[in-house]
Amino acid sequence: MRFGTEIVLLGLFAFAALVAAGFGADEPFRQHMWVLFFVLAGFTAILLRNTDFKPVAAIDPSAYMDGPIRYGAIATVFWGVVGMLVGVIIALQLAYPDLDIQPWFNFGRLRPLHTSGVVFAFGGNALLCTSMYVVQRTCRARLFGGNLGWFVFWGYQLFIVMAATGYLLGITESREYAEPEWYVDLWLTIVWVAYLILFLGTILKRKEPHIYVANWFYLSFIVTIAMLHVVNNLSMPASFLGSKSYSAFSGVQDALTQWWYGHNAVGFFLTAGFLGMMYYFVPKQVNRPVYSYRLSIIHFWALIFLYIWAGPHHLHYTALPDWAQTLGMVFSVMLWMPSWGGMINGLMTLSGAWDKIRTDPIVRMMVAAIAFYGMSTFEGPMMSIKAVNSLSHYTDWTVGHVHSGALGWVGLISFGAIYYMVPKLWNRQRLYSLRLVTWHFWLATLGIVVYAAVMWVSGIMQGLMWREYDEQGFLVYSFAETVAAMHPYYVMRAAGGAMYLAGALIMAWNVTMTILGYQREEQPLPGSKPAFQPAE
Amino acid sequence: MGLMDKHALIERNATLLLVGSLLVVTVGGIVEIAPLFYLDNTIEKVDGMRPYSPLELVGRNIYVREGCYLCHSQMIRPFRDEVERYGHYSLAAESMYDHPFQWGSKRTGPDLARVGDRYSNAWHVQHLDDPRSVVPESIMPSYAFLKDTPIEIKDFSTHLIANRRVGVPYSDDMIANANADLMAQADPNADTSALEARYPKAKVGDFDGNPQQVTEMDALVAYLQMLGTLVDFKTYDEAAGYR
Repeated sequence: MRFGTEIVLLGLFAFAALVAAGFGADEPFRQHMWVLFFVLAGFTAILLRNTDFKPVAAIDPSAYMDGPIRYGAIATVFWGVVGMLVGVIIALQLAYPDLDIQPWFNFGRLRPLHTSGVVFAFGGNALLCTSMYVVQRTCRARLFGGNLGWFVFWGYQLFIVMAATGYLLGITESREYAEPEWYVDLWLTIVWVAYLILFLGTILKRKEPHIYVANWFYLSFIVTIAMLHVVNNLSMPASFLGSKSYSAFSGVQDALTQWWYGHNAVGFFLTAGFLGMMYYFVPKQVNRPVYSYRLSIIHFWALIFLYIWAGPHHLHYTALPDWAQTLGMVFSVMLWMPSWGGMINGLMTLSGAWDKIRTDPIVRMMVAAIAFYGMSTFEGPMMSIKAVNSLSHYTDWTVGHVHSGALGWVGLISFGAIYYMVPKLWNRQRLYSLRLVTWHFWLATLGIVVYAAVMWVSGIMQGLMWREYDEQGFLVYSFAETVAAMHPYYVMRAAGGAMYLAGALIMAWNVTMTILGYQREEQPLPGSKPAFQPAE
Repeated sequence: MGLMDKHALIERNATLLLVGSLLVVTVGGIVEIAPLFYLDNTIEKVDGMRPYSPLELVGRNIYVREGCYLCHSQMIRPFRDEVERYGHYSLAAESMYDHPFQWGSKRTGPDLARVGDRYSNAWHVQHLDDPRSVVPESIMPSYAFLKDTPIEIKDFSTHLIANRRVGVPYSDDMIANANADLMAQADPNADTSALEARYPKAKVGDFDGNPQQVTEMDALVAYLQMLGTLVDFKTYDEAAGYR
């Protein structure tokens, strides 16, 4: 019987969720368990409708397992649009606070939905599907562990749904980018260990003697996130049938543990993993080898060693002891070097093929991603300098910095990888439309530029207003005046975000049409075919 | 054979690569975080810090639940403008019982580390109910629903026990009286002498303007009104706290 075990297990878990919904210790937990029950029961029903009793067809063990990757590519696009849409909504809430709808859709509950939506749902699915794609092709081996790839994919989607609905219900640990409560954290731990086994198992059964550099980055990302997630989320539940838990650490220790996690969610989730993406998809799309093998070795070890130290720069001038702050600053500044090593290695891979920036919009997207990576990994070390941080901390400058990295680097390199993979995964000759990729590129790039520039102005302005004194030695501005001064920038920021979202919607359309098998009839892009030179 | 050539060994052995990268990424955390747990000067010696009363803890959980920390910091930096605007810079000791910490990372709204006693209860209730009716420039959402949400917790002592398990010194007496203290603190007619002995400086009485019911508004305002009020800076020895 197809899906026999899965149906039984899902049914049992659905029943357990129903019991927990009945006996939960607090109202949000009961509501959350109802959500879980309906999700699991729905899945059980879908599997029951699709089951049959024919003997299962034998699987060709030499063929790549692309099913979870196809689903992952669709999930990446879907969650990307959702996460960015929530981003535009909360940006508008800051400009027009009447858009807050209490209690579920207030800014405070929607913001974790946006950050987790783009980081973990969009970025996480992009990492999941590209890593499964890359590891099979660079190891010339099918994914390890039979249906383990499917478990990782669906298990991760369940984590996303539980985290997202939990935020709206007010279930949060208040640890930025690690907000889900203890039971959702436990589930993610199980899924993540399965992911590590899947990835490492595939490497171990490789037919290629050499482990390709992209896989070093993916592997270090997976193992480091496991460590960070487990340590940062250690907490004591008030009840095993309740949603509330209390962090194992308090005050200053808790703060540094959280930002050790928080900064390396950036360093490993949003950087190391996506560098793995860069090391496979850029050489593939450009059709050139990676620029320097030695540089990739140095930059890999230096990057993963240095990143871990950078957390304290989120706590400059706080009650964290000075020695820890200074250590964090020094290592953050040093981090500039391996970051730019990676940027150089990515950019110089285009040696001899620079013309493709003009002729291939996907290459253009990838190159812009690497350029934004270089820009934000310069800005980051600069902001980690204590004197700069005294102005930038607590302001929109930080928000702008995160977005130039997230929209510019993470977003664009993922879009490039999706555009590369989708035609191959569905055996299409080409994308539905390359001209739409160009539209996506320009909307996204302009959106980022508007967003980042506006946040520089508003952040620096607010920081300066807070500390401005008049000749008599009085503070010039009340806090409320600095809030009012932000309004025009919050409107412009929402416009920048909306442009980026519009680009993502174009991608969703383009990818959908490609999957459905359409090809848009359009003029080829200028320069895509060599122009004939008239004989003279 | 140069160092770079030896790297080929790691590139051919997945276990070595896994163990190697795990070792490399653990160093930073061990050097930076672990000492904070045993270095004596990490947390200043101060008088006045005590665990949160049950009502304050419920209020704090509402503060966490609504994501207040996303726009309000609770960490005053030692700069002239911040100290003038918000009060004495924050000490590590002041968040020693905070599981989790609420220092925040963004000031869309002002810092709240010392907001206690700055405004009246009525101001807080009206501000949470309709922020722009008291601060026209405010972009804060309304939290009017808190007034209409009674606190219905069957047994709050489990929360105190969980806190004790992670190191907060709640006494057996505090745990035994958790549910009674929770209700008494917001009841204007209750005898609160035992409560005030257990939790010195606790604010008592009706907070939300509705003495009939203990609501989430009572709890949140009780929490806001105690923020930054426990340490008496008239007697705090500045020099002894330097690290």
